[in-house]
Amino acid sequence: MKICITSEGQTLDSNLDVRFGRCAYFIIFDIDTKNWEAVKNDNINLTGGAGIQSAQSVIAKGAKAVVSGKMGENAYKTLKTAGIAIYLSSGGKIEEVIEQYKLNKLEQMI
Amino acid sequence: MLPIFCINKILINDNNMNNYVISIASGKGGTGKTTVAVNFALSLNNVQFLDCDVEEPNANLFLNAAISKTIDALISVPKIDENLCNYCGKCQEVCQYKSLAIIPSSNNSKGIVLTFPHLCHSCGACVYICPKTAIEEVDKKIGEIEIGNRGDILFASGKLSIGEIMSPYLIKQVKKNINKSRNVIIDAPPGTSCPVIETVKHTDFCVLVTEPTPFGLNDLILAVDVLKKLKIPFGVVINRSDIWNNMINMYCNEENIPILMEIPFDMGIARLYSNGIPFVEKMPHYKQEFIRMFEQIKRILE
Repeated sequence: MKICITSEGQTLDSNLDVRFGRCAYFIIFDIDTKNWEAVKNDNINLTGGAGIQSAQSVIAKGAKAVVSGKMGENAYKTLKTAGIAIYLSSGGKIEEVIEQYKLNKLEQMI
Repeated sequence: MLPIFCINKILINDNNMNNYVISIASGKGGTGKTTVAVNFALSLNNVQFLDCDVEEPNANLFLNAAISKTIDALISVPKIDENLCNYCGKCQEVCQYKSLAIIPSSNNSKGIVLTFPHLCHSCGACVYICPKTAIEEVDKKIGEIEIGNRGDILFASGKLSIGEIMSPYLIKQVKKNINKSRNVIIDAPPGTSCPVIETVKHTDFCVLVTEPTPFGLNDLILAVDVLKKLKIPFGVVINRSDIWNNMINMYCNEENIPILMEIPFDMGIARLYSNGIPFVEKMPHYKQEFIRMFEQIKRILE
């Protein structure tokens, strides 16, 4: 299963980007195969609706869960409607966040 | 070919030889736009007053116009018929404000259409592009326009509904009430962004109200930049004028901007304000000041 973590950089030792809609990169990580990729977020420069568009990008990548620091109403509504689980993290390196996710230590946004 | 603003100018001047549409704006909030607008309106004859500060309309606290009718302000937003939609996503691509989200169908689920009407700018592109004609435009109320009068002064004011953000569309509808047979005084919102531009554009003159503080000066400079870009003639009123006026005076001298009036930092004016009383009512000599300002504006425009 693929999960998406919002990231400040393109590597697994980058820090989590606490913003969802305007994060720098999406790290798409496959929990089963450990394959991953960093996707640049082109929605940073939108004047509005960045949350909705970023949610769309995550959906298109096939992620089933998202980990970020903050989540606005529009992004939340879009992800929830698409059946994607949302988790919140206060920060840390991407690899640490993935470990926390695996150990079920992250707060889930219901 | 003449630029559009020139054509407008000619039309306005042709229709009314002596009436002007004057907007009252400021870069900084709380400098006294409404105070100047209300007292200015009460000092002139044959006036229409429009409150375009639709996010916090307060002019009628001072004018006390009797409201004779209230009109709903509507915008068009898309409504998608999911029986016709094939989730192609073309509407979402064309939408510049991301007010639509289409989640395509997959093996185990049908597609999903999400709309975010509060982000919609009513451009109609989604309706135009939809290959299945699944989208129609429906009305959405974003606020109200109150219309009335105080004696001979015609009054209209916009009020944006809570949670709505498309104030320029409401301002546009308030301005549709402009009566060109009158001198029109328009109270603008503060700042230099879209609602301000919507309010001041196509007005004959803009009065920029400022205060003699570093914040007042900084935001005055921003507002001046906007008006120069829009090619609207303007002048400055210094409110709460005091010993620090020099910073505003120096800037205006350098930039060749007329200072139309100074309103002193006066306890009497503040007291009247806090009781909701326009100061020209109790200090009638200020009416002459506003009439003189109007004459100066007319000379600038002639």
